[in-house]
Amino acid sequence: MLYKELIIAMGRSGILGFGGGPSVIPLIRYEAVNKFKWLDNDEFGEILAIANTLPGPIATKMAAYLGYRQKGIPGAIVSVLAHILPTCLAMVVLISFINVVSHSAVITSMVSAVIPVIAVMLGMMAYEFAEKAVKGLGIYVGGALTLLCLFLLQYISIHPAIVVLIFLIYGAFHFNLKDRILHKKERGM
Amino acid sequence: MVLISIFLSFLLSNIFGYGGGPASIPLMYEEIVNRYNWLSNAEFSNMLALGNALPGPIATKIAAYVGFGIGGWWGFIAALAATVIPSAAALIFLANVMSKHRNSKIVKGMTLLVQPVIAALMIILTFEMLQDSYVSLGWIQTIAIAIISFALLQKFKVHPAFVIILAFLYGGIVVPHLNS
Repeated sequence: MLYKELIIAMGRSGILGFGGGPSVIPLIRYEAVNKFKWLDNDEFGEILAIANTLPGPIATKMAAYLGYRQKGIPGAIVSVLAHILPTCLAMVVLISFINVVSHSAVITSMVSAVIPVIAVMLGMMAYEFAEKAVKGLGIYVGGALTLLCLFLLQYISIHPAIVVLIFLIYGAFHFNLKDRILHKKERGM
Repeated sequence: MVLISIFLSFLLSNIFGYGGGPASIPLMYEEIVNRYNWLSNAEFSNMLALGNALPGPIATKIAAYVGFGIGGWWGFIAALAATVIPSAAALIFLANVMSKHRNSKIVKGMTLLVQPVIAALMIILTFEMLQDSYVSLGWIQTIAIAIISFALLQKFKVHPAFVIILAFLYGGIVVPHLNS
């Protein structure tokens, strides 16, 4: 039964996700968290964060992990194949029609009409993560850190993996640091 | 021995491609066009156009196309294995280590502090998508589709698959008439 769920979830998100791997993430999340409830939203966010520190395509990493979580290594294989095989085979089959497909006005318009939908889903996910940051760190620190990340990524163009790594390293000391500061305040009083 | 070249070239371009599949496209270009001459520049851009017209991760589509074109079905398998397996195995390993120590202060701090980074990454991606959409559809259609899909997803809790299919139909049936 679980295999069937994996195939449906990963097949559906692979076939409907336009705009490359990162834009498939909201679809994978919908299947894994809302539809099949394999894990909760927080956990999905944690895994996504770890996945962002590693190189390579993001969608297949997530598919493999979710499959592995449900059914071990065979689950990971089934999950990745369900996610990528349909479109990979389509690439091979369409080799001979490449000029027709990539220059057809109808197909181009179909794909471009899906992009705003993907943008909305990504925006909704962004909001949820920002909300979590604010809940965990407080409105000022959480908001300021999100803005700082935007600045680092967009204006200084620091590589995302490096930004994630910096925040992970600080995060490892965050609670100890916070405790120490609180202790000092208590002693001071 | 072409299988080994296929495997190595896709392995390298994905191991050094930080930021998901799209980030490794320039690296694949380097290997496929400049180093091995498997495709010409024009063939590569044609393949990319086809890949962008199809759904799913882009890195695996390129791997499938080039692997099959150069090495047949074994090439297809070699290219896909090199693209998917190393990073997938690394994530499974790391995630297992993290979840074993889920209740430690260190892991809790790490997962909390990474939230603002993911939020920022998603915000940037959202704006990039909106910009792409503005270029191909213009503001009016972009905003209209965005508002309708937001209402369907958030208020009426429609399955995203259904919303995407609706947008697809709109794009296939209405948009070509608007542009002509």
